[in-house]
Amino acid sequence: MDHIRAVPDGAPSPGAPSGAAPADTTAGELATLLQRSSRGDEGAFAQVYDATSSRAYGLALRVVRNPAHAEEVVQEAYLDAWRSSTRYDPARGSALGWLLTIVHRKAVDRVRSAEAATQRDATYHRETQPVDHDQTAEAAHASLEAQRVRGAVSTLTAVQREAVELAFFGGYTHTEVATMLDVPVGTAKTRIRDGLIRLRDAMGVGS
Amino acid sequence: MNDIHQLTGAYALDAVDDIERARFEQHLAECEDCRTEVASLREAAGLLSETTLATPPPALRDSVLAGISQVRPLPPVVERTPVVQRRWFPFLVAAAVVAILGVGAAFWQPWTASQDGSLTAAERVLNAPDAHSVAVDLGKTGKATVTLSESVGKAVITTEDMAPAPEGKVFELWLQSPEGDMVPAGLMPPGEDNQMVLEGDAASATAVGLTVEPEGGSDEPTLPPVALFDFSQAT
Ligand SMILES: [Zn+2]
Repeated sequence: MDHIRAVPDGAPSPGAPSGAAPADTTAGELATLLQRSSRGDEGAFAQVYDATSSRAYGLALRVVRNPAHAEEVVQEAYLDAWRSSTRYDPARGSALGWLLTIVHRKAVDRVRSAEAATQRDATYHRETQPVDHDQTAEAAHASLEAQRVRGAVSTLTAVQREAVELAFFGGYTHTEVATMLDVPVGTAKTRIRDGLIRLRDAMGVGS
Repeated sequence: MNDIHQLTGAYALDAVDDIERARFEQHLAECEDCRTEVASLREAAGLLSETTLATPPPALRDSVLAGISQVRPLPPVVERTPVVQRRWFPFLVAAAVVAILGVGAAFWQPWTASQDGSLTAAERVLNAPDAHSVAVDLGKTGKATVTLSESVGKAVITTEDMAPAPEGKVFELWLQSPEGDMVPAGLMPPGEDNQMVLEGDAASATAVGLTVEPEGGSDEPTLPPVALFDFSQAT
């Protein structure tokens, strides 16, 4: 794999915008680029890709673990985003959040269907897939925004954080999370929700 | 059950199975609080990607851009100008009564499903990026939600706690064409919690009607309808 950078090539970095905005393109610019994409502007979509692909690919890689699968997930997700760009509504959330929702869903579908197809033991599968933690850590370390997010994550209780990470990065359902943590389903559900609410409030996201 | 509001977090993280997702999306269609909460929690979850940044191989950019050049973006959801309601008009007037009883807001779903062939027709509709849902609370008769996807070209009705049709009668579904004609779209199978893909092409349907008809169904809807799911109001 190539050397990891926090910011895509050649992108200017005019300060760190707040919320979910990428480090090099403001949330408003990204929303505008996506709206131009919906009118068939492929150049605008290329800019959307450049501003978001390290987040999309990093997230897909973390969930599916296998770099080739992560590439497929990302490719499908961007194609979907292009097709449905007309339906993106800035009033309902950031463009980056919208895109990452698509990426995450594809990644989760991918790990679940791969397991269903191979009947492979989930734990074995996930523990033996190669992940380069060092490169991921290096990229994350370089981002100021990442430090802000880490600070917000640290406000979660240990059990909230565990449940959120198993669900979001592990791709497990809340019922599976409950079994893995040996807690009632309702408890897992609550930990995930309370953890996300705390993360949201610490980051000052949404209403 | 009240507890369903608690599922916002798991739903926002895709930590639900297909059945839980479909059920919760029915709930979302009629719960503004949960829609708002899901949106904010998704936004928060997306921020976690800041901690897993990884630069994709340069070839992926080429593949993505080559891929999009071969597909056009979907058309926008347009506000349809009201069509002249021919024989269908009284149906709409009657339906207004139902609408006052409670029509859930139509909403738009940004999430998508994998394109593999394992999805049922109903799942393809429910998971389509352009799926819209309109829920109608029928009071003692139960609750029904119609989800329509223009890209899939199909509509799906999901019922909850639906009372049976009167003795010797059936529930029949109708697709309203842009011209205002009602086209038969199949008979609802018996059962209180049901899901059914409507017959016919729903891509251009402006509304879905639900009526009570004699056994075997009718060629024209019997008025008043039990429910009207008006997609021309969907945004
Ligand atoms: Zn709710």
